[in-house]
Amino acid sequence: MAARYRWRGVPAALVAALLAVGLAMLVPAQGYILNIAMQAATYAIAVVGLVVVLGYCGQISIAQAAFFGLGAYGVALGTVDYGLNFFTALAIAVAIAGVLGLILGLGSLRLGGHYLAMVTISFQQILTVVLTNWIGFTHGPDGVRGIPRPTLFGLSFEGGHAYLALCLVAMVAATLGVWRLKSSRLGRAMQAVRDNELAAGTSGIDVFATKVGSFGLSAVFGSLGGGLFSGGFHYISPDQFSFAESIVMLTMALLGGVQNPFGALIGTGLLVILPEWLRFLRQVYLAVYGAAVILIMVFLPDGLWGFVAERLRRRVRAPAQDVAPLPLLAQRGEPGADAVLQVQGLAKHFGGLKALDGVDLAVRRGTVHALIGPNGSGKSTFINVITGLYRPTAGRIGFAGRDITALPPHRRNRAGLARTYQNIRIFRGMSVLENVMVGAERAGNDVANDPAAAVERALAALDFVGLGDEAARLVGTLSYGHQRYVEIARALAGSPEMLLLDEPAAGLNMTEKQELGGLLRRLKGHGLTILIIDHDMALVEQVADHITVLNFGRRIADGAPQVVLQHPDVIAAYLGEPQRHEAA
Amino acid sequence: MQLLFTGFGIGAIYALVALGFVLLIRAAAVVNFGQGEFAMLGAYLMVIGFNVLALPYWLSIILSVLLMAAFGVVFAATTYWPLRHRGGLPVIISTIGASIFLENLVLVLYGPEAAQIDGLFDAPGIQVGPVFMDSQYLSIIVVAALLVALQYAVFEKTLLGKKLQATSQDKEMASLLGIPVATMILITFAYSSALGGIAGILVAPILFVSTGMAGLIALKAFAANIIGGYGSIPGAILGGLSLGIVETLGAAYISVPYKDAFAFLMLLIFLLVRPQGLFGERIAEKA
Repeated sequence: MAARYRWRGVPAALVAALLAVGLAMLVPAQGYILNIAMQAATYAIAVVGLVVVLGYCGQISIAQAAFFGLGAYGVALGTVDYGLNFFTALAIAVAIAGVLGLILGLGSLRLGGHYLAMVTISFQQILTVVLTNWIGFTHGPDGVRGIPRPTLFGLSFEGGHAYLALCLVAMVAATLGVWRLKSSRLGRAMQAVRDNELAAGTSGIDVFATKVGSFGLSAVFGSLGGGLFSGGFHYISPDQFSFAESIVMLTMALLGGVQNPFGALIGTGLLVILPEWLRFLRQVYLAVYGAAVILIMVFLPDGLWGFVAERLRRRVRAPAQDVAPLPLLAQRGEPGADAVLQVQGLAKHFGGLKALDGVDLAVRRGTVHALIGPNGSGKSTFINVITGLYRPTAGRIGFAGRDITALPPHRRNRAGLARTYQNIRIFRGMSVLENVMVGAERAGNDVANDPAAAVERALAALDFVGLGDEAARLVGTLSYGHQRYVEIARALAGSPEMLLLDEPAAGLNMTEKQELGGLLRRLKGHGLTILIIDHDMALVEQVADHITVLNFGRRIADGAPQVVLQHPDVIAAYLGEPQRHEAA
Repeated sequence: MQLLFTGFGIGAIYALVALGFVLLIRAAAVVNFGQGEFAMLGAYLMVIGFNVLALPYWLSIILSVLLMAAFGVVFAATTYWPLRHRGGLPVIISTIGASIFLENLVLVLYGPEAAQIDGLFDAPGIQVGPVFMDSQYLSIIVVAALLVALQYAVFEKTLLGKKLQATSQDKEMASLLGIPVATMILITFAYSSALGGIAGILVAPILFVSTGMAGLIALKAFAANIIGGYGSIPGAILGGLSLGIVETLGAAYISVPYKDAFAFLMLLIFLLVRPQGLFGERIAEKA
């Protein structure tokens, strides 16, 4: 099944490649139009790379022309100065660019958003300065001349048709590859990172590695395009790979639609051809172009492809297939026998504020444990420390027999700790099914490496929460209550040891709360270990086996519900301290 | 010493542009890639006023600054306002679009040849000990210092300043308290644009006025901002100054052609080693 799935696209890809070759034959074998076609094809490869880093992973990279230039210079210097074979030089250039891309991505460990954009700009600028000034190596501003075209297996690509066909085939391959990437596990991980980094991390995705990978991939495509560009034009110079060109590539991607490689092709084609059409306003062209960028951002937020796709969007129906029941709880151990989560002396201080001040807590297997307390008592901080979003100031967290105190969020999720958020955190650019698949594909889950099984698992989880029919919908179109169920399904699809629910009833209406109560009782019936935070006492009383109460970061009560809720300190914490004279 | 002085002067320009930059980040959370174009436009307005229309020097300065302030409002209305609810990236891209547009519009209207303007003073400068203080560099430093002092006074001592600060700190709360947030943001754009314009006017006699001046100034102002600490006002000033000095010293002692690379190298080092900058705070996303 998996093998068939993997090879399904091959005939279509071959047809597309043949079409590309046929298209190449239609272009005159030399001269102006050939040049334009060659430029469009090689640029398109680089722009498709931008789709990976910007469109899928949501990281701003303003250095694609630098990678394009690395590829171009790698081929040029390799063949002209060092007498390497074209493809050898190309491979070396792509490898170097890929590594530099990864290094650039490393910057994302500590930096996000604008900072990272700035790092890419700096990289771009430094490369331009080096290309221009390191004359001994790069030939400086004069550029490199006489770059040859390759021969492969006795087949010469010297002629215009042959070389253009080569470029177009590479373009088709890049486009289809990136298109396939979108619906792959890695692609979903990238989109999850784009849509919600925190939730991606607590769903088992290594956010940092995913970002670094997207930068590396994008650099590989950029340099591949550049290497082909270099052979196509026989001559390159540093100004062809400047900051301005990076902006041009960024615009191409945005104009076409950055979410989709086909959009990138459209955008590239248009912006390569547009100046030729607009020849009569040659002078004003760039100004018009700048204004067009603003207009696109204002009126076509998803680019041309997004605009068209929106209008052509078919009503996708959920895949009609019988759903196997969710294999929720391959019972692990005797319920109640051991503590799944064991927290000792947990403290979290924000400056002088002691949000958590030495909390002990143990959640026993197969129980529903509720953590309650007034606003500001430290409940959310507790859950954030447990799931690794905050580093504790002191204390130890043991989970399923391991010490997880120092693990990052995704490693904790992989250990079997899944959570939902008070303010729903779902991946808004993705469908309901894809959201839940991210959960199913967490590393270490039994279906993680089998796409078909992951789909099945995700559908089963959706079915469990009652959203089986909504699988194909865009998640943002669901009601608030249903979005919360998607979050729960995402957590369940990863077969967690324990589920943490952060105020699941928040924002729900009465009916929805009752539904949620039912869902929780079913989960409890399956013996899933749950730690729930909520204000809704009715809900807590319905499901909890054990209650811990926090106030001002300290545990003030712990025990069976009837006992805890009668505890004078708990009543005081919720209703206020009785006045002394009344008490007397 | 001489180099330090020159670096200080260049740094003051970066600081002024960076200041405009930071104000927009604080008031509207806008990362404006068109900040350098503000400087370029200011310089060109000056060229038109003084060289072309032959207005008196002071009058052309005043007119240029006023026009730049008005331009800031137009800029806000076109590139920021329609996109204000769509998050950071769309606005960034649209300011990039605006910068391409402006640069090329000027290129079309004025032509590619660089222009030159006279300095503020006829005197070449004064000798102080071992340092020759060029009058233009000196005026840059003085004007920049005055502007910073003025801004401090307005922000800390007047009601308008308080309102602006409130807006930058918490828009929702400010609007609940009856502060016209939209107006405050427009004022910030106008002021930021005027600041950029002044920087352009000041730097014009040193560099040639050309459309290419915008890009580098903007990038270095951005760099200054990050070196100083993202969104920090004293950081922008200090970052700008230190960038100017590092660049000048680097060019003098290491290599002239790589002058621009020093700034970015310094930036990269800061980003990787101390991303919060000199004055910044670390901001963590809240769960």
